[in-house]
Amino acid sequence: MTGNDATGKAGAAGAAAKPRRRRARAAGRASAGRVVALHAGVIALLFALQFVLPAYHHGVLARIMVLAVFAMGYNLLFGYAGLLSLGHAMFFSAGLYGAGLSVYHLGWSVPAGFAAGVLAGLVLSALIGVLALRTTGVAFMIVTMMFAQVFYLTTLYFNVWTGGDQGIVLPQPSRVVTAFGSTFDLTDPTTRYLAALALFSLVLVATLALVRSPHGRVLVAIRENEQRTTMLGYDTFANKLAAVVASGAACAAAGAAYALLFGYVGSTFASVQYSILPLLWVLLGGAATTLGPLLGTLFMYYLIDISNDLLSAWVPDWNFSSIGVVGVALILLILFFPRGLLGTIRERWLPWLP
Amino acid sequence: MAAVTPLLETRLLSRSFGGLRAVDAVDFSLESGEVRAIIGPNGAGKTTFVSLVCGRIAPTSGAIRFAGEDITTLPAHRRVRRGIAYTFQITSVYANLTAFDNVALAVQRRLLDTTGERPSPRALSTATMAALDRLGLADRADTIAGTLAYGHQRLLEVAMGLALKPRLLILDEPTQGLSDGEIDNFIGLVRDMARDSTVLLIEHNMPVVMALAGRITVFDAGRILAEGTPEAIRADRAVQEAYLGAAS
Repeated sequence: MTGNDATGKAGAAGAAAKPRRRRARAAGRASAGRVVALHAGVIALLFALQFVLPAYHHGVLARIMVLAVFAMGYNLLFGYAGLLSLGHAMFFSAGLYGAGLSVYHLGWSVPAGFAAGVLAGLVLSALIGVLALRTTGVAFMIVTMMFAQVFYLTTLYFNVWTGGDQGIVLPQPSRVVTAFGSTFDLTDPTTRYLAALALFSLVLVATLALVRSPHGRVLVAIRENEQRTTMLGYDTFANKLAAVVASGAACAAAGAAYALLFGYVGSTFASVQYSILPLLWVLLGGAATTLGPLLGTLFMYYLIDISNDLLSAWVPDWNFSSIGVVGVALILLILFFPRGLLGTIRERWLPWLP
Repeated sequence: MAAVTPLLETRLLSRSFGGLRAVDAVDFSLESGEVRAIIGPNGAGKTTFVSLVCGRIAPTSGAIRFAGEDITTLPAHRRVRRGIAYTFQITSVYANLTAFDNVALAVQRRLLDTTGERPSPRALSTATMAALDRLGLADRADTIAGTLAYGHQRLLEVAMGLALKPRLLILDEPTQGLSDGEIDNFIGLVRDMARDSTVLLIEHNMPVVMALAGRITVFDAGRILAEGTPEAIRADRAVQEAYLGAAS
């Protein structure tokens, strides 16, 4: 199901005679090697793309990488632990405001602001986790959504500091990092791209390590059959709480990076729309796949972008929304890729995909 | 000689569902190393009783002691880690995971507890394959559990319980739905398991009970009706009326 396929395969053949066992272990290693190569390849590809992409797409990809971190954080909880939250906008915006407000009002440096954002997400997700995990299923969706609405309304209520839905623009000088004797200006496209890539790579590798670890196996077990998992001696509440906090921290890191890299902090990011979006990205790319969130975010972003251009090119007098095109595309995708792009590919062709 | 502490002991253990006393003031004691069968008509409270023991449901009143310690308020997962394993009456494997992953979850729990650190992939794989091998499932390690034949799913369920290396293994109607050949195989298996663990078995199949149990406890209407050796139970008039009489 997850990254355990490799061990499973090695183990399966391991039962047979000794020579076969050796071959099976080798096969297991090859599979692990393939997985590492694939992820390293994706990171290398993203690194190389900055040299060939035109300015517009260069900027878009930096944004997508940050949003993909948001999606990966969501996927940890939804894809692996099987908990559908409709409130992740609050974790993203906890990072966004944690970083943005401390830099803007308190004059903190960029690293301190980033840390403040992640810390805000950690604390908030631990708190929300303890409360919301008392429920399951539909109730969990509603409770997380309500907490997120409270958070959203709070950002509007304190508009003296947050700027409400108009938001705050972080001035360029506050987004310059001085480290190792040189300065990095996060408003510079190249620096921004590399910073986004660094965060993306870090969270991707962390996700991969987690889902291949014993803890990842327990999360999947909870998703598949929680009662049984309890009766194998696992504290399912503690494991789910850990998943909520890891997920919340990753989403907050994405929010903090978004504030610092793109210089804007606003309550739109706390609205319910930003709780639905990561769910869509993950479903599109493939829940419980490590690279699905990136693929889903990329796909969705460009789908909206391109359908606008296409409509205005083909239908000259079109001045309505392009959302209909997006809808049709999503329906087709669900028809032919019911488990999302990577989920379906894994099911049909590449069972070793983590 | 001082009395040996029983492995499991319940005192006035009760559980009500609304007005129904499913388990009613049960005093029960199980010695280490026993194979004990619990029998009784449907609705006698057998499954409720073992669910209380393993912590899946909380008692209304009474106390449970395991290995000399009070575990009445201990959550289920902590009881498992103390050595109480439960295999479900209704097959409850991870249908979407491979047989290997099913058992690996149990093995990884035990290795975590015994070594205090994360097991290496090799240690995990070796121990998991050993557990699968013991039940003759080794060549199916890579099969998705939900696609296994029913008899094999039951065996997988037992393999998971076994992989925990429990001090007390509770089997809730393990032979339900198995063929005669599979049942014979299973009897051998339980005898084998009984060398390491104390076994508490709920079973309707009387030949299985007679073949395995050292002692039998008969439940009826939430209470213990009788307890004794298979021969004594077979001869007991009250038991014949409540249970066996209806069958023969």
